[in-house]
This record gives sequence, C-alpha cells and structure tokens, in this order.
Amino acid sequence: MGLKSRSVMVVGAGIAGIQASLDLAEMGLDVHLVEESATIGGRMPQLDKTFPTNDCSMCILAPKMSECARHPNITIHIKSSVTKVTGNPGDFTAKMVEHAKYVDPVKCVSCGLCEEKCPVKVDDEFDMGLRKRGAISRSFLQSIPSEYTIDKDRCLYLTKGVCRICEKVCPAGAINFEDKDIEIELKVGAVILASGIDAFDPIGFGHFGYKRYPNVVTSLDFERMLSASGPFGGHVLRASDHAEPKSIAFIQCVGSRDESIGHNYCSSACCMFAIKEAIIAKEHMKGLESSIFYMDIRAFGKDFDKYYEKAKGQYGVDFIKSKVSEIRELENGNLSLRHVLENGKIEFAEFDMVVLSVGLQPRKNSVRLAKNLDIKLNEFGFCRSDTFEPLKTSREGIYVCGAMNGPRDIPESVTTASGAVADAVKYLRLDRQEIAEKKIPEKDIVGDRPRIGTFVCHCGINIAGVVDVKDVAEYAKDLPNVEHSEDLMYACSQDCMNTIKQRIEEHGLNRIVIAACTPRTHEPLFREMVSEAGLNPYLFEMANIRDQCSWAHMNEPELATEKSKDLMNMGVAKARELAPLERLPIEINPKALVIGAGLAGMTAAEALADAGHEVFLVEKEAELGGNLRNIYYAFDKDPQELLAEKIKNVSKNKLIHLFKSTKIEKIDGYVGNFVTTLKTEKDEQTLEHGIVIIATGAEEHKTKEYLYGESSRIITQVEFEEMLHNGNFPTKKLKNVVMIQCVGSREEDRMYCSRVCCTKAVKNALTLKKKFPNINTYIAYRDIRTYGFREKYYTELRDLGTMFVHYDLDKKPEITLVDEWDPDSQVNVTIFDPIMDKEVEVKTDLLVLATAIDAKKENIELGKMLKVPLNADGMFMEAHVKLRPVDFATDGVFVAGLAHTPKDIDESMAQAKAAASRALTFLNKKAILAEGTICEVNDSRCTGCGYCEQICAYNAIEVDLEKEIAIVNEALCKGCGACVASCRCAALDLRGFSNEQLFSAFDALEMTNILNN
Amino acid sequence: MKEWQPKILAILCNWCSYAGADLAGVSRMQYPPNVRVIRIPCSGRVDPLFIMKSLQSGFDGILVSG
Repeated sequence: MGLKSRSVMVVGAGIAGIQASLDLAEMGLDVHLVEESATIGGRMPQLDKTFPTNDCSMCILAPKMSECARHPNITIHIKSSVTKVTGNPGDFTAKMVEHAKYVDPVKCVSCGLCEEKCPVKVDDEFDMGLRKRGAISRSFLQSIPSEYTIDKDRCLYLTKGVCRICEKVCPAGAINFEDKDIEIELKVGAVILASGIDAFDPIGFGHFGYKRYPNVVTSLDFERMLSASGPFGGHVLRASDHAEPKSIAFIQCVGSRDESIGHNYCSSACCMFAIKEAIIAKEHMKGLESSIFYMDIRAFGKDFDKYYEKAKGQYGVDFIKSKVSEIRELENGNLSLRHVLENGKIEFAEFDMVVLSVGLQPRKNSVRLAKNLDIKLNEFGFCRSDTFEPLKTSREGIYVCGAMNGPRDIPESVTTASGAVADAVKYLRLDRQEIAEKKIPEKDIVGDRPRIGTFVCHCGINIAGVVDVKDVAEYAKDLPNVEHSEDLMYACSQDCMNTIKQRIEEHGLNRIVIAACTPRTHEPLFREMVSEAGLNPYLFEMANIRDQCSWAHMNEPELATEKSKDLMNMGVAKARELAPLERLPIEINPKALVIGAGLAGMTAAEALADAGHEVFLVEKEAELGGNLRNIYYAFDKDPQELLAEKIKNVSKNKLIHLFKSTKIEKIDGYVGNFVTTLKTEKDEQTLEHGIVIIATGAEEHKTKEYLYGESSRIITQVEFEEMLHNGNFPTKKLKNVVMIQCVGSREEDRMYCSRVCCTKAVKNALTLKKKFPNINTYIAYRDIRTYGFREKYYTELRDLGTMFVHYDLDKKPEITLVDEWDPDSQVNVTIFDPIMDKEVEVKTDLLVLATAIDAKKENIELGKMLKVPLNADGMFMEAHVKLRPVDFATDGVFVAGLAHTPKDIDESMAQAKAAASRALTFLNKKAILAEGTICEVNDSRCTGCGYCEQICAYNAIEVDLEKEIAIVNEALCKGCGACVASCRCAALDLRGFSNEQLFSAFDALEMTNILNN
Repeated sequence: MKEWQPKILAILCNWCSYAGADLAGVSRMQYPPNVRVIRIPCSGRVDPLFIMKSLQSGFDGILVSG
C-alpha cells in the first residue's frame, strides 16, 4: 500500500455522516465533517418518531450529535461545501469553502433575542414552511452548533444595506457583518460521502393539488405537525379551518415507482413511514380514521411486518390496495379521492385530510458534488456503486454511505456509514492508541473536609433576566461547607473558566457547584475544566437554573429565584458527599474472533485483517461460503466469482487463521479480554481475543406446505436457482412455471418478511425468461417487495409478460397433483385472481416455492455464551434498532449478515464491514477506560441472592458462587443503578449517584421547606 | 397569607425526562415553579426508599419519570 494519512473528510452531517465521523474519530483519526447547512443532524431531527419502535427521533439522535460535537478528533465545518478533490487515495487535497456566518460562534450564547427582533420573516425550511423564521436563525432548538447564523440572501443589511437590528440587540456582541467566506484546503487520505437525499416535491403533480388544496400535505409536513416540538406543538390541525381532522388518507408512492417521471425505483422507507404516521396520528386523535392507499406494502425490514400487523389489528388502520388517480377539494375543505381498485372498479372516498407519502430522490446538489469530486452517478442520479462493492464510488479512495447511493432508512444508513469507514481505513494510518495521560496531576483530597466553591452564571440575560443571580450567589455563601461563592457573566467562556480555576487555587476548593444551563450540554466541559485545575473531574455538580428554571418560569422571577436557591442547595448537599472516582483501564487484546465464514464472516474478517489485526475465523462446516454457495445469479453479477474471490482472500491472508469443521465450545470474558474454546472432532483449543463478530447466518425454511416433497416438480427457489444454473430441470418440456411467494414468511409462526425472496423470484424468473422466452411464468404474491433499485427488474419482468397474481393469506393458492401416483407429476395451481375477479387454474410444469429464511437453532446457545439477546424470531437482537444496528448492549460483541435478519448480498457485505468498523473502534485502542460512575458491592452485606444478576441489562454483575457475593464487572457496568434499587440488602451502591449523595440532596430542602410553610 | 403550594420533587432519568425538561425550557414552555428536579442515570435507579425519604424531608409530591 502506498500513501496513508491520518486525516479523513466526511461530506454531509446527517446520521450517516455523524456515525462515520464517530467511528473514524474513535479509531484515533482526525475527521473533518463538512456540512452545507448550519447544523449537523440531517433529516432525523425533522422526524417526530421512528419506526418500528416509535422512539422519539430527536431524543435518540441528540446524544450522537453532542458526542460528535465534543469529540476532540472531529472538526465540524458548517455552511461549507467541497469544491474540488485532487490527488490520489491516501494523499488527497480537498478544497472547500466555509461560508460566512456573520455571527461569532465563540461569543453567541444562543439566547435567540436576535431572531425575535429580526424584522425579516421567511418560511422556515426545517418546519416545512409551517412556521416563520428570521433572517438570523438556527435550524432547530437543539441544533449543533447551537449558535445562530445569518442567511445572507434574506438579511436586510446584507441585501439592502439597512437594519442591523440584531447587532444592537445582541447582548454578547456576537454579530459580525464583516465575516467573509474562507477557502480551506485539507490534506486527507480518504473521503466518505454522506450527503443524503431530498424528499420528492409533489408540486408538479397537479392532480393531487398539493399547495393548491390546503388540507393536502406531504409526509414530512405531517411529521412536523405531529412533533411535540413542531410548529403546532403536536396538535394536528387542518390548514383550511384549523379543525382537527376526523379522517386522514395516506397516498403511497408519490414520486416513487413512477416511470413517467424517471423514478423507476422504490423509495424503500415510505411504507413504514406512512404506517408510523397513521399509528401516531391515531394516538394523537381519538376516533381518527386513517387509511393507506398503496400498491404493495413494503415492510421488508427487521420487525417491520409485526408493526404492519399491529397497525391493521390493534390500531385499525385501513389498508386499501388501490391507486389514487385524482384528488378534488370539496366545499367544506374535505377531499374527494378518485381511486381505482385492483379489479378496475373506480371508487370515490372522502377524507378530511390527505398526506402524500413522498418518495426520496437525489439531492439537488448531487450533480455539482459529483462533478467537484469526479465521481459517477447512476441512471437515477444517485451516487453509483456496485452490488459487490456497495460502498465504493467510481473513484478509488472515495466511499459512499447513507441514502446517497440509494434510498435507505435510518439503520441501514448507520450500517453503511460504519461500513464505509472500514473501506476507507485502507488509505488511513491506524496506530493503536494509548489512554491519554492526564495533563495535570490530581490533588489527593481524601480525608480533607469539603471546601465547596459555588458559581452562578448569568448567561447574559438568559438567567439573570429572570433569576436574581447575585441573590442566589449570596445565599450559597451561607450553605454548609461553602468556602466561596460568586456570580459570573458566562461561566462557560474561557475567561470565566480561568477565574474558576484561579478560585480553586486561591481558596483551596475541593468541590465545585455551578448553577447554569444544563449538565447535558455543559457537564463535560466543566469537568474538563475542573480536572485542569487538578481536581478529580467527578468532584463537580451542576444546578440547572436556566433550561429548567429561568426559561421555564419567565413570568415568576421571585419564585424562579427561590427555586434556583433550592437547586443550588441540593447541588451543594450532593457535592458535599462527592468522592473522587477513578476510571479503570481495561486492556484490549487486538485479535478478533469471527464466528461463521459465510459471506458476512469472510468480509468482516478481511476488513479486520486489512486494518492489521489478527483474526480467528471459525466455520462449523467443512467448506467456506455459507448460503452464498447456493446463489448463482445477482442480475448483472456472478456471485460464484465473488465467493471464489472471498475464499481466496481469506485463505491466503496471513493474518486470518481459518478453523473449518470447528465448533465454539465456550466463550468467557468481556470486551478486550475474551477467552474462547474451540472444538473439532479431534481436539480442543483456546483462543484469546478482544472482540467477537457473530456472522452465523440463517437457513432455508423446510416447508410442508403446497405438497412440497410429493413431486419432483415442486421445488424451492434455492433448488430452482441451482437448476437454472446447471440446466437439470425435472422435465425437458417446460411450458409453465408458477412461483409462490411468502411460503412460511409473514404468517403466525414467522411474522416477518424474509426480504430477499421477492427479488430472488424476480431475478430467477428474469434469468429463465431470458434463456427461454417462450416459457409462461406466473408469480403468486402477497406484496411484491422489490425495494430500492430492485424495482426496475420487477418492471422489466412485468414487461416481459410474467403474470403477477396477488393473493391474501385467507385465499392461498391451492395445489393438486395431476397424477397423485406419479412422483414426477405436473401440478395444478388454483388461485383467485383479483384483477379478473375470478378463480383461475394453471397446469404447471414446475412449482417454485419461495420458502422463508429461518434463524439458526444454534443462535440460542451462542447467545447464552456471549450474553446477548435474540428476538422473538430467534435472530440476534442489536443494541438499538435504529442507531446501533451491529452492536449489542454488551460491549465488544457485534453482529452481521443473516444472523441479524434476512438480507441481500450487498447488505450483508455492508453490514459485515460495519461490524468490522465498530470492532476497530475497540481494537485500535491499547486500552479503554471504564466508566467512573459504576456500581460497587459491599461484600459484608451481600447475600449472593443473584437478584441483581437477573436485573442487569448489560450482564455486568455476577454472583461468585463460591464466595456467595455479587461481583461487578467494571468493564461492562454502564452505571444505570437498576441493581442498586433492586438489592434487598442495600449491599449495592452507585458511585456518583450513591444513596448517601442522593439522600443528602433530598434532605437539603427540609429546613427551607419548613420555613416556607 | 400566600396560598399554599405543594412542593414537588421530580426524579428524572438523564436520558429522557431530564432531557425533556431541558427541552421544555428551550421551547420556553411555562410551568409552575414549585418543582425541584433531581437527575439520576436511569429510572431503574429509583429505590422505593427515595420516595419515603423525600416525603419525610417535606416534599408534598414525588414525580418519577423515565
């Protein structure tokens, strides 16, 4: 390998860009995160909830955003765009422009006075125009950076030379009209593109009347309406009369699956998006009727079908398989939908409101970006990538993730982001990082009496405008153990922090309480300051008197001041009990164990070895390749070539140790320090390694349905593919071929979609049709789920004359043998065809069953060994369905491929790379630090009952059966304290939130309470 | 004499409800000022003893949210 660099550029700071940046930064690389808008976060902050868990989108994203902002290895460039990338992989020169913000981010305190007084009011893009914003604004309340910026195209001063009101009202003097665009040149080894997608704008679809009829909105508009922090505070109202709608229709595929506008692809996410909105809307409005008009419901992801079923059953969402051709507005503002049912019947339906499920399309700027970076786009304008290199662009050293190279939902965006990192590290220099030494030696305060310093922040007028901060600072002086108290203008400003450090020195303070904004944003910063003053960072406490006081009680200054005093009092009381905490180092063994050598396992092993780590690749079969061995077609690519290449790569790589026909007997240990026993027929051996990747795959469901096994003419799709490949059909005279989809999938015992079968059927039927154009093919389906770019193959197959017959679960196709006594009998298929509105019968020469994908039984045993959970279907369950798709709650264990959920070749590879990348964030460190705020056991009180062991979600506590006491694994404990609350003997306690500390805070107000009442 | 107001202790999970209380402030939602907040790492940390102890300390109501 040639040149390598320690720097890398990530373009686009949506969830994919954020994830890629975090992974790279955790590997010790310097990341430049380049974002065109004024904040990181991308699309996710606009969403109210996320499917299929109905998590609040902003709540799950915010910690990642702030982690990104705080990470010392990440430099965020907002309002910046890349203009050119020259040079070679490993040694690129990237040029970009950082546009003028006209607000000094160091001085701005994000109080919002400027926007309030700004005379310009324009449609707010974040709230989809449902609210106005000023020319000076920020995208949303939790934007990062939080500072305001000026929109130079809207600002009166910058366009017409008058106004400058913001400059006058800004209490911090942060406005700077002299600000200029800056050109920046960066040396980077690789580039990761994550610039995302746009929502389709239905303004051109006159027949739907968007913007013409006020009660027709897009799914994104609706999302903002549902959002509690949105313009309507979560109350859905019709624009025409501000009445709450009683019925809502969702129209699917607006701008997707539409050849007339060149969008011959499926946007993949909108079906679930609409189901989610229909459910949430029903939760918001009692008695609401919501109906979804669809072509196919594509709930193909993990646990999506269960969500779909819940929408139908528990929530009573009405699903109507029908195409809406026109919407008309009625006099009362209601909308009349003209729609065509499957059998061609035209019907009309009236609704109070209509939501258009708009599709995803390439960003407006993607053509320019592609030109600047010299990369190619595909036929639809998305970034081009290859099925077998799903994260690579056409230019070496530049990688792509998120929805930029195809419509994707959030977890897949996160997966591809981590995956792209594993590809990019090829051109980046990875050195195993040491734990950073403490710059300033820590004072030993054990045994000293508490000497508390309290500081009250004005935050300009944000706090001081409501709370009498001087009074609070004065009050604190009389609290026990307080040695010093004062008020500060901006506690977080550099000069004020210097003042605090000076006071620590002058007064010999050993505990600090700051009453200011909120610990959620500022605790890390203040902790760092405290440790720079030579104190243990845990000797710090914050009182939240801005977000939870001055801003929430703006009209009651006296009571707000009282509350601030109480919060200060409680903070001081807790601080008095604080103790220095140590973060113990956990050494990380740099070797990795990958279980399963199918496509995912081999890809993961290769990625880890490429990054310089030794890998133990264990396969229980005698041969490598797993399910890939049975796949012969992937449209324009040859999977067998991929298989051969992968086998060659893992076999010849000296860093990969192959163990074939080998079983996992036992796995002990925890992140960084696993010990695994392998077993072959002959012997046993133990391995030591730092992480584990589970890539055990899945297997084809063995069906008993549709007379499978009773005639050689009834076969599965997998068997059919092999026949296609070697030409060994059970009959020479193939005239009719019938395929039945969802055999075993999406039914009671297996309420999930096996995801790949629709594409597989389409692929195999296409191959058959191309080889033998005269064969008649029929596909009986429930919903055709050819998501993303797979859609074009579906339309191609339709155009070639394949008959698609839709069936419902209660009207499954009926199968009889033409000759019951003949083991090679032809097969009669009888099915109700909703298009012809009658039963049809086909005598077929081959009946091909798309059987489900089953979880492996061994998962149960492996899950127990690694202490990681399975879902109801027996697939491994990741730490978080949206944002941690390859991790487990247990650190150091990752999952990839079919073991996680059914998926296609490109998706398995992307996920395998993602698992490798997540693993590298550990392996690339010599040691990691355990948390300081973790649980401890008082041995003399513990009875070893084991209740805590059952409670702990992280498997961080275990009873030592010999000593009969619980032992906390400090490497695994996340400090939630659930075990502490569960302990019947009060033997457990949580450092940093101990009973003593919390009781002290509860008690602090006793006196004040008595006096006040 | 001032009308009697209960003092309420809110024990909030850092990750959701405490963040929600912050967001309420950022959104300038106004609510009565007689609530005092304690931040905990998880609502699983709440021991029934906390409730007893807080009532004993003079709080009139406890809100546990997480």
